[in-house]
Amino acid sequence: MTPNPYLFIVIFIGVALAFPLVPLALAWTWRRFFQPPKPGAEKNAIYECGVESIGEAHIQFQSQYYLYAIIFLIFDVEAVFLVPFAVAFTGLPIGAFVAILIFLLLLVEGLVWAWGKGCLQWAR
Amino acid sequence: MSEIDEKLRTELQRQGVWVTSMQELYNWGRKNSIWPLQFGLACCAIEMIATAASRYDIARFGGEVFRPSPRQADLMIVAGTVTKKMAPQIVRLYNQMADPKYVIAMGACAISGGPFKQGYNVLKGIDRYIPVDVYIPGCPPRPEALLHAFMELQRKIDEQKLTGANKAEHLKTDQPSEFPVPKFGEHDLEPAANCAVFQPPVIERT
Repeated sequence: MTPNPYLFIVIFIGVALAFPLVPLALAWTWRRFFQPPKPGAEKNAIYECGVESIGEAHIQFQSQYYLYAIIFLIFDVEAVFLVPFAVAFTGLPIGAFVAILIFLLLLVEGLVWAWGKGCLQWAR
Repeated sequence: MSEIDEKLRTELQRQGVWVTSMQELYNWGRKNSIWPLQFGLACCAIEMIATAASRYDIARFGGEVFRPSPRQADLMIVAGTVTKKMAPQIVRLYNQMADPKYVIAMGACAISGGPFKQGYNVLKGIDRYIPVDVYIPGCPPRPEALLHAFMELQRKIDEQKLTGANKAEHLKTDQPSEFPVPKFGEHDLEPAANCAVFQPPVIERT
């Protein structure tokens, strides 16, 4: 008689459950009968870096840094496209040159907008 | 949990029967998996790192698992000069370790302040605040010395009793698991030493 093909899965689940539960039960039994609990204010403290925490952990971060992220993006994208353009510069037709100039113009426009808005001022 | 008669045990071993007790099994497991707390204070820490690295290989003794959290550590290796600025943090980390916990004072500074003993900012031995199990002299001690201290600690753990009046400190309900953390005073740490664990040596003048 062949065993049920799902029998192995049942055995597998049983072993998978017993493997973590038996050590946990042993540890619990040990703690219950031998090891006296010794809790304390320091021991139960949340942070474990040795320094007492000061103030609230729920603080807000400044969201104004998104402007720097945008300006960084301008120069970053510019560099990504300009490097391959500069490498292949001599073999490019006039159309590609105009296209990259338009692209540069768009980015410069963004920079001018940010400048005019006062984003480049190191304030706050 | 009663002690096994040594003669009976050797007789049984000769017949191929291995007898042990709960206590021996427990201590055997504990002494071979001592997880140190991962922190270093000064130059002794370099020697501690060398001990953990492949040349000296503390893994042979089951102590290679340096834990970055005091909750998971069994052993605190005070490796280096303990400044008075650092002492409260050391004691607090010791308090946060789970029992049973052990301390190795590594090097002259951790024992007594070492060459900086006269310094205004150096603690004259970490044993002023927490109980130390093994002291290693040296400036800094060689990795072999740390391994020797590790083996001494293993021997100490192996001899700890689980029951009776002489049972291990962490099993006694009246023994504290936390020690008071010193505060920064006007001139010194307050208190300057924990009287429960440290008695200053009496100088006898003739």
